[in-house]
Amino acid sequence: MSFGLTRVDLPEGDATREAFGDALAEVGANDERVVVVDGDVHNSTFTGKFGERFPERFFNAGIAESNMVGIASGLAACGKIPVAASFSTFLMSNAYDQIRMSVAFPNQNVKLVGTHAGISIGEDGPSQMAIEDVALACALPGFTVIVPADGISAAAATRAMIAREGPTFLRCGRPKVPQIYSSEDQFHIGKANTLREGDDVTLIANGIMVAMALDAAEGLAAAGIEARVIDMHTVKPVDVGAIERAANETRGIVVAEEHLAFGGLGSIVSMVVSERRPTRMAFVDVGDTYATSGPPDDLLRQYGLTPDAIVDAATRVLKD
Amino acid sequence: MPDLQRPRSDDLDAVAARLRHHIVTSTTAAGSGHPSTSLSMVEIIAVLYRGGVLRYDPSDPVNPNRDRFILSKGHGAPALYAVLAEAGYLDASELTELRKMGSRLEGHPNMCRVPGVEASTGSLGQGLSIGVGHALGLRLDGSDARVYVMVGDGESEQGQVWEAAMFAGNHSLSNLTLIVDRNGNQQTGPVDEIQPLSPLEDKFEAFHWAVRTIDGHSLNEVQEAFEWARSVGDRPQVVIANTIKGKGVSFLEERQSSYHGKPLNEDQAAIALEEIGASV
Repeated sequence: MSFGLTRVDLPEGDATREAFGDALAEVGANDERVVVVDGDVHNSTFTGKFGERFPERFFNAGIAESNMVGIASGLAACGKIPVAASFSTFLMSNAYDQIRMSVAFPNQNVKLVGTHAGISIGEDGPSQMAIEDVALACALPGFTVIVPADGISAAAATRAMIAREGPTFLRCGRPKVPQIYSSEDQFHIGKANTLREGDDVTLIANGIMVAMALDAAEGLAAAGIEARVIDMHTVKPVDVGAIERAANETRGIVVAEEHLAFGGLGSIVSMVVSERRPTRMAFVDVGDTYATSGPPDDLLRQYGLTPDAIVDAATRVLKD
Repeated sequence: MPDLQRPRSDDLDAVAARLRHHIVTSTTAAGSGHPSTSLSMVEIIAVLYRGGVLRYDPSDPVNPNRDRFILSKGHGAPALYAVLAEAGYLDASELTELRKMGSRLEGHPNMCRVPGVEASTGSLGQGLSIGVGHALGLRLDGSDARVYVMVGDGESEQGQVWEAAMFAGNHSLSNLTLIVDRNGNQQTGPVDEIQPLSPLEDKFEAFHWAVRTIDGHSLNEVQEAFEWARSVGDRPQVVIANTIKGKGVSFLEERQSSYHGKPLNEDQAAIALEEIGASV
């Protein structure tokens, strides 16, 4: 996959789901409290790597996400750190009442990991594409919501969420993605990473849109516009300070996410901006529609998730 | 764990009468709630908490080796709070705070606020899965503690109950006992007219559960059923308890299929308490 990148040269790294699976198996070796339940997709979520090493702490719950989440809740109540994984749409949409009632409301220390998020899964089509999942997770009181941009940050997020008490949703994707970070880079839940400084406009992105934002920033620079690029990997609790500084120090903000328009990163950044420091904003997202089947790069182009779409949005923001 | 006991009352009839008394008084004081669904489960929880079944210590409600009771049919909260008072987790004087502003005794059980409440329930169908998680966790820890979950029969229309039943049977969770409070009625009428469950025994057997059906108001049969459940050893067990919605209050028993989610008014409550005849 190219992700429409033409201006930056980023090496291809691991898929975020695979990096999660590797990190989970590592964490599992150090912490016996970690127990995994998977909705019979462990060879896709890569929790199978944990399962191979720790079969006594791995449970295939079958194709029954509601029960899987309930089991995770009970395990958490016994002091375990359960990780419940499936395709993000089946986890978050099928089991939402269980997530609400058995995890969020009683504030259980359950880690939900949804893979195959977004339209970049491609040919399997819209029934498999989680594009509401961030909104659903962010609506839940007490939840931490993380959307990592590459394999290195997905692994770091996995370690961080296990170490941090509280219900968490980690969103991972299917394709291999451009590698943005090195293993020396810092990752802290709730603290955005500024990947590029700039004073004209700010591009706030997460997931696969971070690489595209870096690419867009190059394009904007060629036109004399200096863009700040922020990886807002933690959607909740969002880094209010980074948003406020961006609103103060640049002339507008573009938010880019592989998600529906309403309820995701764009909505949350907008709330912060409108309360703290109103400024011009524009949004790059899937919009208010379901996608179709197709090759991932073609779908991203079709639904406007490209570096050029981010360039256009930034240009619009600065024009007004 | 020397402090964990299996408390045993020598007068379970009196315990059951007190539970009924508190169910009526607390819901009448609240002006809302589900007395009839609470009344059908009284003998079962009386035996669990005061008949030497559950092992617990109210001064150490999160002891890892405690037995667990999860009330999946969360609208039976008045009965749960009453038995938690009987067991020493709560003071009985608090029970009439049910559903009031600021009270931790919310309309449905909240595990974060009430010691002894093992799961926050009220969205039907979820408790058995949580119980399965407890049973797995206890097995991983090598604990001999047991998990008891109560569902309603109407609640058993929820698909998640059967997802959990399938998983528990598949994993031979012998430390898990399910009680079906089969009072035969749900909000708008008889279960048999809305979504019949029969043959319920066959369904659980097909899911590799050990099954026993009892009269859920016979203290002896309830007691024997839990002794049987503990002896099964290789499979999860279900006790299908045939019960009467509103049991113990004649005019509720007469209106079983049409009385749901309504408290008694003061006059009705006075008659009911007379019939129940508890010494509190």
